[in-house]
Amino acid sequence: MSQTAPSPFEKLEHKHQEAEVIATESRSTWQITWARLRSNRWAMTSLYILIAITLLSIFCPIFSPYTSYTNNLDNTFASPSAKHWFGTDNLGRDLFTRTWLGVRISLIVGVAAALFDLIIGIIYGGIMGYAGSRVGGAMNKIAEMLYAIPHLLVVILLSVVMGSSLTTIIIALSITGWITMSWIVRGQILQLKNQEYVLAAQSMGASSARILFKHLIPNTLGPIIVTVTLSVPSAIFAEAFLSFLGLGVQSPASSLGTLIGEALSSWTIYPWMMFIPASLLSITMLAFNIFGDGLQDAFDPKMKK
Amino acid sequence: MVRYLGGKLINIVFSLLILATATFFLMKAVPGDPFTQEKAIPPEIKANIMAHYGLDKPIGEQYLIYMKKLVQFDLGLSMKSQDRTVTSIISQSFGTSAKIGAFAIVISVIIGVYLGMMAALRHRKLVDNTAMFLAVIGISVPNFVIGSMIQYFLSVKLQIFHVAGLESPIDYVLPTIALSTLPIAFIARLTRSTMLEVLTSDYIRTAKAKGLTPRAILWQHGLRNGILPVVTYLGPMTANIITGSVVVEQIFGLPGLGAYFVDSVMNRDYTLIMGITIFYAVILMAARFITDVLYIFVDPRIKLSGGVVKS
Amino acid sequence: MKKKLLLLVSLTLVLTGILSACGKSGSGTSDQTFRMNLTTEPPSLDVAQAQDQVSFTVLSGLFEGLVRMDAKGEIAPGVAEKWDVSDDGKKYTFHLRDNAKWSNGDPVTAQDFEYSWKRTLDPKLNPPAPYAYQLYYVKNGQNYNIATDNPDHVSDPSQVGVKALDDKTLEVDLENPTPYFLNIAAFFTAYPVKKDAKFGEAEGYISNGPFKLKSWKHGDSIELVPNENYWDKDSIKLKDVKFLMVKDPNTEFSMYKTGQLDWSGLPTGSIPPAQLDKLRQENNKELSIKGIASTYFYNFNNTKKPFDNAKVREALSMAINRQDIVDKVTKAGQTPAYGFVSTGIHGVNGEYRSEVKDDYFKEDVAKAKELLAEGLKEEGMTKMPEFSLSFNEGPHKTIAEAIANMWKENLGIDVKLELQEWKVFLKNRQSLNYDVARAGWGADYNDPMTFIDLYTSKSGNNDIGFKNPEYDALVKEAYSTADQQKRVDAMAKAEQILIGDNMAVMPIYYYSSNQLVKPYVKNYVVDYSGNLDYTRISIEK
Repeated sequence: MSQTAPSPFEKLEHKHQEAEVIATESRSTWQITWARLRSNRWAMTSLYILIAITLLSIFCPIFSPYTSYTNNLDNTFASPSAKHWFGTDNLGRDLFTRTWLGVRISLIVGVAAALFDLIIGIIYGGIMGYAGSRVGGAMNKIAEMLYAIPHLLVVILLSVVMGSSLTTIIIALSITGWITMSWIVRGQILQLKNQEYVLAAQSMGASSARILFKHLIPNTLGPIIVTVTLSVPSAIFAEAFLSFLGLGVQSPASSLGTLIGEALSSWTIYPWMMFIPASLLSITMLAFNIFGDGLQDAFDPKMKK
Repeated sequence: MVRYLGGKLINIVFSLLILATATFFLMKAVPGDPFTQEKAIPPEIKANIMAHYGLDKPIGEQYLIYMKKLVQFDLGLSMKSQDRTVTSIISQSFGTSAKIGAFAIVISVIIGVYLGMMAALRHRKLVDNTAMFLAVIGISVPNFVIGSMIQYFLSVKLQIFHVAGLESPIDYVLPTIALSTLPIAFIARLTRSTMLEVLTSDYIRTAKAKGLTPRAILWQHGLRNGILPVVTYLGPMTANIITGSVVVEQIFGLPGLGAYFVDSVMNRDYTLIMGITIFYAVILMAARFITDVLYIFVDPRIKLSGGVVKS
Repeated sequence: MKKKLLLLVSLTLVLTGILSACGKSGSGTSDQTFRMNLTTEPPSLDVAQAQDQVSFTVLSGLFEGLVRMDAKGEIAPGVAEKWDVSDDGKKYTFHLRDNAKWSNGDPVTAQDFEYSWKRTLDPKLNPPAPYAYQLYYVKNGQNYNIATDNPDHVSDPSQVGVKALDDKTLEVDLENPTPYFLNIAAFFTAYPVKKDAKFGEAEGYISNGPFKLKSWKHGDSIELVPNENYWDKDSIKLKDVKFLMVKDPNTEFSMYKTGQLDWSGLPTGSIPPAQLDKLRQENNKELSIKGIASTYFYNFNNTKKPFDNAKVREALSMAINRQDIVDKVTKAGQTPAYGFVSTGIHGVNGEYRSEVKDDYFKEDVAKAKELLAEGLKEEGMTKMPEFSLSFNEGPHKTIAEAIANMWKENLGIDVKLELQEWKVFLKNRQSLNYDVARAGWGADYNDPMTFIDLYTSKSGNNDIGFKNPEYDALVKEAYSTADQQKRVDAMAKAEQILIGDNMAVMPIYYYSSNQLVKPYVKNYVVDYSGNLDYTRISIEK
């Protein structure tokens, strides 16, 4: 993950406040990564699929002639048809609208949880990695302790205390999720801390904060981006799992997990009620995972054949 | 090394005490009590019952009483199943969970590593794609969907297996499958990417130069290195399997600990919540402790400071 | 490579074949075995501690009270051969049969009943019995049971109105004339208990009913076998009763379909709603649907604006379509409810509900709109504020969604649906922390009083904040007499106040009990409240 091949040095006009700024380096790294990613057919396909799914989840419910909550008790459990593309549910609600809303909620849960992980993980992991071995070690011990709490217990207790709302689920998922992220950040920073350019920056008088945020964190971005990309699907999955236990996002909102969970009792009669949301969930999960793998390959030149 | 491991152990005990404290107060913050029910018990009787369990005392005092018992390894009586101790509930039900969990771990490691190796060897070829496709199903389909589908097709339609229960050895097959799909997928991916890295390294090139066949290289040299990340994954895998067993036990009607975990919270069975939480934490910590020890043996290069575990 | 894969696949198949072969051999059911699902582990099989349907279902096979319910739902002799009732209806004398025996062969004596009842009422029992109040009908029962903050506390157990005159005669004194006391005597809280019996495990468990406890695998299964010492053992045909504890209704359904269960659904299992709907559509012969004595309704918080206004409550109640809810939403054969006391409850001569019609109100959207406008005006409001409808996990969600949609369409009201975890929900409901909340009530005994005394000012289950002196007086009047006609009249008047005048709660439907029963299961009885008597079942394959 280390930054090999630094650009050749250029002579710069001496400005005191930018004593140690190197202007051109990072852009070209991004470009290289992007070029590598673009040549990965699977990753790009996944990216397009993700974009398509996101757009559909935004616009389908808006342009659908149905709302997600209007009941039609005379047309329950209808099969997919020209009127209702995905059929209707037990209250005659249009499943096309509900499914895409479900995709939307699942994406929100996944992305929000990943973002929370990211923010807390970067701050905590950054400090943990950059601080001296005593503070860093203590922080690491705390993280290890938190990591040992059975994840499920926290989630169940929280959703019981706070009610199963979207916010609760996001909080519950990220309350333990950030630890992994902080370890990755810490690992990266520990690795990079002793590299020459940090020493160089220190010798040029840059403050610790500046070194942390300007040098170390940007340089750890590769694995972090990969982890974030991969933690979106785990959060989506975790939410689906909670839905099975009846602790997922609640009506009238629905996530893919709740839709699948509700259909579990009737899929042998109305298979489409489960298979449509399950397929969408799988496609989303897959696309995130393949894209994440692609990103990993792109960030790590060693993996490139 | 003894000092290193001793330090880890002290760390575990300390963590457990903190965990027990945190859980205790979190649990008490949840509304309701073990005796809240639809047909309300008359308040006088309820007060009498609460007093019997010491639930009428201030929370600080309750905490001290509990911790005092805990350090004596007394987990108390269940408040829901009045005639049973928490220890007996855990010991009776964990056997089932442990059996299925162990099957799932063994099968995941064998199949996962095999698929990963095959995929790496035939990188970007049909086998790679097939193996990865299987792995992908594990990653992208929730285990409750897989569980209920194999149950329907193999038990209800084809009637090869029982729908639920654990009466004969064959009844372990479906739960194990449902429980291992996710870990198989993780391990296969992990092994594949490590192997790809290993295959490009110098000593493999040397081995190639010596004229070994790719397969021989893979199994003799690659595997030893490729297994490392799998060892690292042991901790998170245990956690995954514990979580997964909640679902699998429910679908296949198994008398395991997973079901009690969720139910104890729903019932506000305070002593049981504490007991199961502490028990699970011990298992998770033990898994990580074993991982650390194994790591020392598998990889002599490892520095004796907290390794990063990525899940 | 391909060869290896082939080998692996064929090996798996062979292994599967072998394993399935041994699996099949074990699954054959012997004759006269009955298997049903309890869903969960019974919290306790101690007569004094039990208080739930699951424990009750198991206990009803293990024990027999002084009297029992026969196949027609009438009181029949149990351990007591015959009994006398005093003229004022306050003293019962039970004469126990000579051949009643415990599973260990000892005779069942009147002292065993006295011991059991006093044990349940004992405030120092470890832990105290939650259902002790089922025995408060017995003289001094309540005052003996409640020791703290009770000036009338009776500390001497000999003051409690249950007494063994000799080994075979039990005398019971009651607080009030209680026409349904024999119902209570058949209830599980009134079963006898053998001194020194153990209740936690199968070993040491002593019972006096048709069956005895063979094994109790916690969290997995319970097995009962006939009690060879039971006085009426000739009418017991089953050789084996097997209770499983499968939590997931879908799994239960699949087990029934593949023959791993002989019974699925209530009282202790459930049929997934979509499957039930399909079974009804195809007129499945194995499906049986029966109304039971429970009412499904919504609580209004009578203390909170605007629900403290009767017109607002009436408007909400009139604006929903109950027939649609039972026909198109719940689809399980329920009956729309326009009263509070459910069907299946005894009145004077026949059923209460056919003697006292539940025509307290009619659904009428136009009238509802008028009432809502009037009610809001009285409350000084211009528009119905958004309020929350809370409920717990389960089928309640679908019903709430449907009702919220009806309110929205018919009255233009916005409702916030609030799903709460079971105990959080109960806590909120019991402390009046809600606007509108889902509720249900099932009969404890076969008399309208089991519903009516719920909403007296002092009732511990009055979780709607309804207080009405006239209502309290009517309940008291019904308590004080043994004249069934007078009692029913008073209770009917009370119901008129509760629903007709105040709409303190919003009745929705009377429950039904649904079960799938294999055609070879004969002679089972589902009583008025949905309890299953499996003791006389015979398997006729």
